[in-house]
Parts: sequence; structure tokens; C-alpha cells
Amino acid sequence: MVELTPIKKIKENFPDKIEETWQKSSRRTYVTVKKDAVKDIVSYLMKNLGARFIIITALDTRKGIEMLYHFSFDQRGCILSIRTFVPMPLPEIESIAQIISGAEYIEREIHDLLGVNFKNHPNLKRFILADDWPEGLYPLRREHKCQFPYRTVEEQNLFRQEILKKEEQ
Amino acid sequence: MSDNHKLTDMSRWGLKKSPWAFHLSTGSCNNCDIELLDALTPRFDVERFGILLVGSPRHADILFVTGIVTVQALPRLIHVYNQIAKPCLVIALGTCACTGGIFDGSYHQIGPVDKIIPVDVYIPGCPPKPEAIISGVVKALAKI
Amino acid sequence: MRTTIPIGPYHPLLEEPELFRVVVEGERIVDIDWRTSWNHRGIEKIAESKTYEQALFLVERICGICSTSHPIAFCNAVEDLADIEIPDRAKYIRTIVAELERIHSHLLWLGLAGHYIGYHTVWMWAWRYREPICELFEIISGNRQSYAMMKIGGVRQDIKEETIPIIMKTINELEPKIHMFADAILDDPVMLARLRNVGKLSKEDAINWCTVGPVARSAGVDIDIRRDYPYASYDRVEWKVITQVDGDVLAVAVVRLLEILESIKIIRQCLEKMPPGPLQVEVPEIPVGEGIGVEEAPRGECFHYVQSDGTNCPYRLKIRAPSYVNIPCFRSRFIGERISDILLILASVDPCYCCTNRTIKIDNGKVKSTMTDKDLLELSWKETEQLREHYKGYPGGGLLE
Ligand code: SF4
Repeated sequence: MVELTPIKKIKENFPDKIEETWQKSSRRTYVTVKKDAVKDIVSYLMKNLGARFIIITALDTRKGIEMLYHFSFDQRGCILSIRTFVPMPLPEIESIAQIISGAEYIEREIHDLLGVNFKNHPNLKRFILADDWPEGLYPLRREHKCQFPYRTVEEQNLFRQEILKKEEQ
Repeated sequence: MSDNHKLTDMSRWGLKKSPWAFHLSTGSCNNCDIELLDALTPRFDVERFGILLVGSPRHADILFVTGIVTVQALPRLIHVYNQIAKPCLVIALGTCACTGGIFDGSYHQIGPVDKIIPVDVYIPGCPPKPEAIISGVVKALAKI
Repeated sequence: MRTTIPIGPYHPLLEEPELFRVVVEGERIVDIDWRTSWNHRGIEKIAESKTYEQALFLVERICGICSTSHPIAFCNAVEDLADIEIPDRAKYIRTIVAELERIHSHLLWLGLAGHYIGYHTVWMWAWRYREPICELFEIISGNRQSYAMMKIGGVRQDIKEETIPIIMKTINELEPKIHMFADAILDDPVMLARLRNVGKLSKEDAINWCTVGPVARSAGVDIDIRRDYPYASYDRVEWKVITQVDGDVLAVAVVRLLEILESIKIIRQCLEKMPPGPLQVEVPEIPVGEGIGVEEAPRGECFHYVQSDGTNCPYRLKIRAPSYVNIPCFRSRFIGERISDILLILASVDPCYCCTNRTIKIDNGKVKSTMTDKDLLELSWKETEQLREHYKGYPGGGLLE
């Protein structure tokens, strides 16, 4: 397999930040980088190489929260995923919303579901979970069961009554 | 009927003719919602029976609920139900609204609908065909 | 003075619950914020407790309208993960089903857009012509929506020999109707006056907000997953990617209308070329690893990422629906527009909160003097003529040649 130009370029420009590259096929490449370099690499990809940002995938693994920034090079038809690990228990990473406006909502969602704190984010408010969702509970973390926290009948009744009371006021 | 109001002949007569419907989506995949709207457009055209979707729950006789009732939608569901003039009919549309369907057990679910408000007619199906919706409405009207 | 207007969560014209907080100064919009949650069902978490086969039915129910795009993207992801090559006939069937869905979705959008601007004739027509497509799906798969046609390693059901003439007949009948629509909309000076230069999106903004699909293409960004990442049988048929440059609501409408015609072309070629053969291949054990699947849904690129730990359930499934990146571009489209255009611009993105609600429109206008039918008609003709004069020689006129 021929190494793609974008990957060569990243390697040249950020030699000491790349930990691993893995070319799965001619259309899919995964690059593992250091956490502090993500913002620079993302801005390099967008501004210099003309990539299209797709989405961030975050998942809870043993090594910490794994973040994958997916980019597409539409003219070549290949997807490049930048992988990095954010250590637990207080995951924190630099926000990329200033570089790509479209990433703002994506980061807000990850903040809701996995509790990753994005530094320098313009507006890190709750976005996808309910208003009365308990603070500090992150449904996509492994320790969270696939259930609403108030699961027994009594708890649910209490919860409903509270909401009813709020309604009446 | 879902509430304890005793129906007078007058209100029974009033409810039966030309029922107006309000539709509330509480976490659906919008297939059910499309099929409901489909029933109104030229092919099935329930408007000829005077069935109309209205924009305000205060005008409605029938409440169609679709979806699994997410935690966020719960207060709105109760709010809308309180606003509807009683007596009214509540129809749970789609498997989601009847039982939770494929989304049952989700962390954001607090339904199904009949745990929260009384339901008169269940229309299962994922999504139910417009024919099924029409037959459900007919069954609901027959209950009056 | 600044005022905040909430639109939603249950607004008569927004079909699915969403909340937009619009900050206005007088008539002009200065800022907008978006909040969602009412429809959040936690699909990504549920998927982790389902097997791959079950997850297929789950992803089908992410969105009712794209109920074949998400399964195809998911299948692409798993097939990428496990290196599965699907048989030729299955590829053609996937293409046909996906394109039929595109037609039905675009028609649905057209109807809704007509509904938003108060052009109810278009609404009723579009939904009527959509109905034969739903019936086709019922013939092919047994269900009007949520067809359950896709399967990892192929398709679940065949398109039978006797169905092919029915599909041909339906799309042949549909084609003149689409031309009629295109003429009716692109030739109508009233429509042009309403749609032109509303909600403009520049090419830079389209890229910066990561928009995809018809929204990006209408702003001159030339991306189409069907061409750039060929899946199914798109690389074996002839078709072209429709792009426009203006980025306004009219351009979006033009892109969608012309795409329907392209879809019809694709289906026709696929039906002719479809080879006989098996429908699916044996699926091996899903290995440890990760896979990415992309698909061009009617609204843009669908993205699925699957990570497997070797069990029969996905370890992580990440889904990115097209509207998720298309909606935030409102921030740049709305600012500077007027309040009355909000819903129109919302509609132009087709944000997948579809079609469930209707309102009775109550106009506040008081009748000043009573006009007879004839007066009104004459007035309307006069205005149409004036507008036509005003918009003479607009560039969209020759589009259909
Ligand atoms: S019942 Fe099925 S079609 Fe209806 S909203 Fe639920 S998942 Fe969608």
C-alpha cells in the first residue's frame, strides 16, 4: 500500500507527536497522537490540507477516554482518524471549536455523555441530556448501567410526582 | 374513557362528530408521525370525515402520542394532557408508545405512555400503516 | 433592544421537538442557539447490548425517513471491519432501494417546504406522488416504511422478476410529474421572490460548519459520498452530482428537485443491469478491530463507526446523522435575516424532524374593503406579471434543458 500524502505531511510536520500509524486499507487510516498535539494537528489538517471534519467519537476504555477525530479527504476518497487517549478520572482536553465552528455541538454532546471537559470551549452547557438528569452521571461510561437511574417503581413514582408538582406551580 | 367524567349525551354527541387531533412526539423515530400525516393527505384523506390535526392541545379531542416518553419529554406530556379539554381520547401510536418497543430499557426512557397518562386505544406496529391508524380512531370513537 | 424568542420545543410548525432560542433586534435575528434532548433515546448505549443482527433493526429506527440509509452505513462499517465483499446482485438491490428512498424523502421535503410557505397545493401533490413509492416498498419488502432489506453481507430479500416492470412503470409515471413540479416551482415568480437570497450560506461557512449533502452542494461544495466513497453499485451506473453556487433556499430546492431526476436515471440503469446471483454471503466471525461506514442519505453523509472486541455485540457504535452537522449552520444562515424567514430556512435543511403536525393558519389581517373573486384574481394576475417582469432572465430558467 502506498502511504498517502496527508499522512506523510503530518509525519514531517509533527515528528515527535505521532505515536503510531496504522493503514487499515487504502481508504482508512488511523493515527495515534499525543493529547497535547491534537489541536495543532486538527488545525493543520483543516487549514493546510483541506480536510473535511466529520465527527468526534469518544469511548470509555481501560486506557482512559479514547477520542477519535475523523476527517475525510473527499477528493482522494479516504478517511483519516486521529486517535488520542484522555486519562481518567478527570478527562480534559483542548477544545477545537475555535478552529471548526461545527465542532461546538459535538463537543457539548461528548461533555454530556462522557463527562469530558473541553478547555476553552465557548459554551459548554447541557445539550443532549434532560434538564433533570442528575449531575455527574455519564450514561456512556462503562460503569453506568443502560438504565435511567430511577428504575424501581417507587423511585419513578417519586420522580413523576416531583415533576407534577413543578408543573402545578 | 380515560377519565372519571360522567359523559352526558350532549358531550358524547359532541365528541363523536369531527374529532380534532393533537399530535405529540415524545421520542419517536418519526416514522409513526409521518404515517399519521400520511393518513391526512390525498391518498387516505381522513379530513373528509372531519378529522383534523390542530396546532393547540386546547382545541383537541384526541391526543396522539408517539415515542417512548423520554425523561425530557415527560413534563411536556403531562402539561399537554392537562391542557386538553376533558373528556378526551388518548391514543398510543406505534409500538414505542405502547411498550417501549426496541428502545425499551434505554437510560433516557421513562415511559411507556400508559405509565403516565391513561390510554384508551393502543395502535401497535412499527410503524402502523395508515389503515391501522384509521381503524384505531374508529375503535376509539366506538368506545364513546 | 434585544428580545429572545423561543421556537419549540413543541411548536406547531416544528414537527419533532427541538428548541431554538432566537435572539432578535427588532425584526432582525442576531443570534440563535439550539437545544435538543426530547428525542434522545440513547441508541448508542442500547446498541452495545444488542448483537450485530439486532443492532441493524435498531439503527433502522434512528430516523424513519432514512430507514435504509442508516442500515447501509452500518453494514458498510461492519463489512469494512470484517472485510466482507457482498455479491453483485445485492449491490444493485441496495442501490435501487436507497434511490427509491431518496425520491420519497425529497418529495416529502418538497411537500413540507410547500406547507411552510403556505403553498398547500404543492404539499398535497408532493405527498400524493410519494404514495406510489411507498406502495412499491410494500411490494418489494412488505412494509411501507422501515423495510428491513439490508443485512450484513448482502440483502434480506430479492427484487423479483415480476416486480421489475411495476417499478419501471411507477418511475416512468413519476418522471413527468417531477418535471411539472420543477416547472411549477422554478417558473413561478412568487416562489422565486420568496425563496431567492433567503438564508444564504457561503462556501467558506459551508465548509467551516462541516455541512454535508444537498445543503453543502447548494453552496458549491462538491461532495457526494456516492461518488467519493463508492459503495453498492454507484460506480457502475452513470449519473452526475448536482451542485449549485448560491447557497440560498432556492438553490437547495433546485438541488433536491434535480436529484430526484438523477435517482430515476440510476434506478432505471440498475434494473436493466442487475445480474442474477446470490443475495448474501456467509458472514464470518466478526474479528477484533474497527470499521467505518459512510453512506449518502437523502440529507447528506451518514457516518457509522463500529468497534468490536471480538464478541457478537459491538463494543461501541458511533452514529453521526447528516442533520447533526447541517442544523448548526443555521448560526451563520440566520443572522441578519428576518423573523418571518426562520421556518423557511429551517425547512431548507430538511432537519429530519419530519412531518407530523399541522396548524390552522389564522391571519390577523382585518378586511378593509370587500373584494369580489374577480377583483382578487385580477389583482393576483397583475402582481404575478409585475414579479415576472422583475425577475426576468433569472439563471434557474434553463436548468431543465
Ligand atoms: S413504533 Fe417504530 S416506527 Fe413508530 S416511532 Fe417507534 S420505532 Fe419509530
